[in-house]
Amino acid sequence: MNRRHFLLQSAALLAAGSATPLLAAPAWKENSSLPDLSTFGLEGTLPKLKGKVVYLDFWASWCAPCKASFPVINGWHQKLAKRGFLVLGVNVDETDAAMQAFLKKTPVAFPVVRDAAQKLVAAANVSTMPTSFIIDKEGVIRKVHTGFRDKDADELLAKINALLG
Amino acid sequence: MKTLRLLLGLCLALSACSCSTVKPWQRGHLADYIMRTARDPLTDSISEHVWFTRESFAGGRGVGGGGCGCN
Repeated sequence: MNRRHFLLQSAALLAAGSATPLLAAPAWKENSSLPDLSTFGLEGTLPKLKGKVVYLDFWASWCAPCKASFPVINGWHQKLAKRGFLVLGVNVDETDAAMQAFLKKTPVAFPVVRDAAQKLVAAANVSTMPTSFIIDKEGVIRKVHTGFRDKDADELLAKINALLG
Repeated sequence: MKTLRLLLGLCLALSACSCSTVKPWQRGHLADYIMRTARDPLTDSISEHVWFTRESFAGGRGVGGGGCGCN
């Protein structure tokens, strides 16, 4: 192996290593359609989303802002259900036990499914936890929201109300 | 010389394997309580006080929270 070959090979190896993060799926964007969730092998019962404004929330038991967001989004779910609004929680915990323990401490009225294989969250390629998607009645993503702080609530609720019409 | 090159090549190859990223949804273990460097806020504030009085400066102990990278 001569020097040039050696250098080229090393450069190729390093490039291959550093390129790995670039191979991830592109994140879900605003104005794109929500894929069919039933194809991702989610644990739990998926509610009917068609014709509803949906707040799709990716959460985990170890994520503190997720916990802070739960009472707020649960309130929206209960208050706006009659107008065709639904919160769908997608849990990405490694174990079902971790999710159940969290839900026992923080009970919610909205449906929760578990992305045990983390296939859906990988497809969405979220940049932070929690990340939520507001989906309109036609199944189009209208807002992507990352993280959760109390001051975000008003803006999100305004968006939901606008979509509910 | 050949052995040295081979060794160097092996090191480079292994360093290429280490280039992996933890996705935001895979940070459960990093966010665990046990992963915190300071687990007792009282001890932490006392050490911070001693640090300040002895060295006349404070801070620089990293950021708050676990490794979940939330928000």
